Amino acid sequence: MHLVVCAKQIPDPETPPAAFRIDEANNEVIPAQGIPPVLSQFDGMAAEAALRIVEAAGEGKITVISLGQESAQAAIKQVLAMGADEGILLEDEALQGGDSYTTARTLAAAIEHLGDVDAVFCGRQAADWDMGQVGLGIAELLGWPSAIIGKDAKVEDGSMVVERVTGDGFETVSMPMPAVVTISNEIGDPRYPKLQQIMQAARKTVTRLDAGELGLDPSTVGDAGARLKLERLFIPVVEGEVELMEGETAEEQAQALAAALREAKIL
Amino acid sequence: MARNILVVGELEGGELSSTTAELLALGTRLVDGGQVSVTLLGSGAGDAAGAAFAAGADNAYVSSDAGYDDFRSDQWVGAIEEAMGQSSPDAVFIAQSMAGRDLGPRLAFRNDTAVAMDCVSVEDDGGELKATRSCYGGSAQATYSFATSPAVATIRAKSQDPLEAPSDGGGNTVELSGAGDSRSEIVGREAAVAEGLQIQDAPVVVSGGRGLGDPEAFRVVEELASAIGDDKAAVGASRAAVDLGWYPTSQQVGLTGKVVTPDLYVAIAISGASQHMAGCSGSKTIVAINRDPEANIFTAARYGIVGDYKEVVPALIEAVKNLD
Repeated sequence: MHLVVCAKQIPDPETPPAAFRIDEANNEVIPAQGIPPVLSQFDGMAAEAALRIVEAAGEGKITVISLGQESAQAAIKQVLAMGADEGILLEDEALQGGDSYTTARTLAAAIEHLGDVDAVFCGRQAADWDMGQVGLGIAELLGWPSAIIGKDAKVEDGSMVVERVTGDGFETVSMPMPAVVTISNEIGDPRYPKLQQIMQAARKTVTRLDAGELGLDPSTVGDAGARLKLERLFIPVVEGEVELMEGETAEEQAQALAAALREAKIL
Repeated sequence: MARNILVVGELEGGELSSTTAELLALGTRLVDGGQVSVTLLGSGAGDAAGAAFAAGADNAYVSSDAGYDDFRSDQWVGAIEEAMGQSSPDAVFIAQSMAGRDLGPRLAFRNDTAVAMDCVSVEDDGGELKATRSCYGGSAQATYSFATSPAVATIRAKSQDPLEAPSDGGGNTVELSGAGDSRSEIVGREAAVAEGLQIQDAPVVVSGGRGLGDPEAFRVVEELASAIGDDKAAVGASRAAVDLGWYPTSQQVGLTGKVVTPDLYVAIAISGASQHMAGCSGSKTIVAINRDPEANIFTAARYGIVGDYKEVVPALIEAVKNLD
């Protein structure tokens, strides 16, 4: 069994709002000083789901693929330290600056390049752009079935069985493989690599592939192939000024709040 | 320039969903002389067409086949493709619902075009559609244009106003094929919703966060909701509290949970991370109770109490009970 985990390196979503800045002239987020980029947390959860399947089966290989720059090696190494076997970094000037479409197209090409993949695991969305479409895009481009927002996945009798989070509970879906699964935070915290695993990960192979090796026409990927054009990136203005309730005691503050809400006809 | 717009409709208990009505109203504002169409799939679809016409649709593509009742992406995509073939849309609007999160990317990639997910506005900028959505967990907003057609956008619930007065123009109904085969089989289902008032519908939502420090503390959050009124107030939770197993997933408010827009949102021991605010910032009035005066929640709140919830909330329960 060969599973793929797609991993993206992103600015740390725990960056405090005060340190979050945008370069509005270039529509880019300015990296916060002293806060290194991280593996998108949902991708770590996707890796966890893939690892559980291989452990349950007692066999199988996991390849982690990242589209990004040299620094994305860190995201790949983290998933390798969790227990994945091999890494692929899709690094090429022609592949940079794209949108969800070009990302899915590039990842799908890498998965086809591997040739023998049984399932692909992605995070439900990357915690930077929050689009949530790359996993489904890969499935559509490869013609595979998919199940999104999973909290657990199993392989049973050759089918991929995914427990999904729906708005009003959970649903279990069974689909033939190869298939794409996206994983949500309801799976729980992913495993934390031990020091020894981190050292082993340093010795695992990370292969680099460029657009040519993937058989991708540079005009269809990266910035040139993007179909969604970012016109403006900005920090929304939060209106309103908070009125803090005065009072010597919690009782006085609570009474002031209840009175203010009554006066405003809210309660 | 006239444009045709297709709205992917959804039914709730056989009736047109309120979000579908919001999307149809958005369609009427952007159609500029073109036609607004809607797809309606599943039991009750034929009967819901009238409500869709009143909400702004000119054409309804319907199939009342009960095979569509359980959402399976591939069956729905097939039916929507059929409607797209007949209505030639320049734009397709889909709710950012559980179904829409799947349909948006699937339909866009199938049609070799782009989708913008979870949009809070779509505007006509000199003849070009521009969609705005939040990103970076709600810390930033991004406005996009579309290089390909049709433009596909999923739209956040309650971000659009429905029509003020129902449209009385009537409309055309076109029958779609019944549900085809699906590669996915739903083999199990578990309902996990709180009884009574749902958080999306409640005029008051009282939410607790990680700062409660203890799952048992949700009892006092529930007590406050009860004091406000069991028919008025529902209890929510931040993602941090849900991830800790303190409260059910169905009650999660935020980017990856539910979007609520109550008249009153009371955030207790919630720091106000951007991803939480994405789920409650549309509330009319936000009240924050937090020990940390620097907590981000106070920047969005109208009223606040800086203090320990263990003292403030019981006092607030008494104060609310004594209001009348």
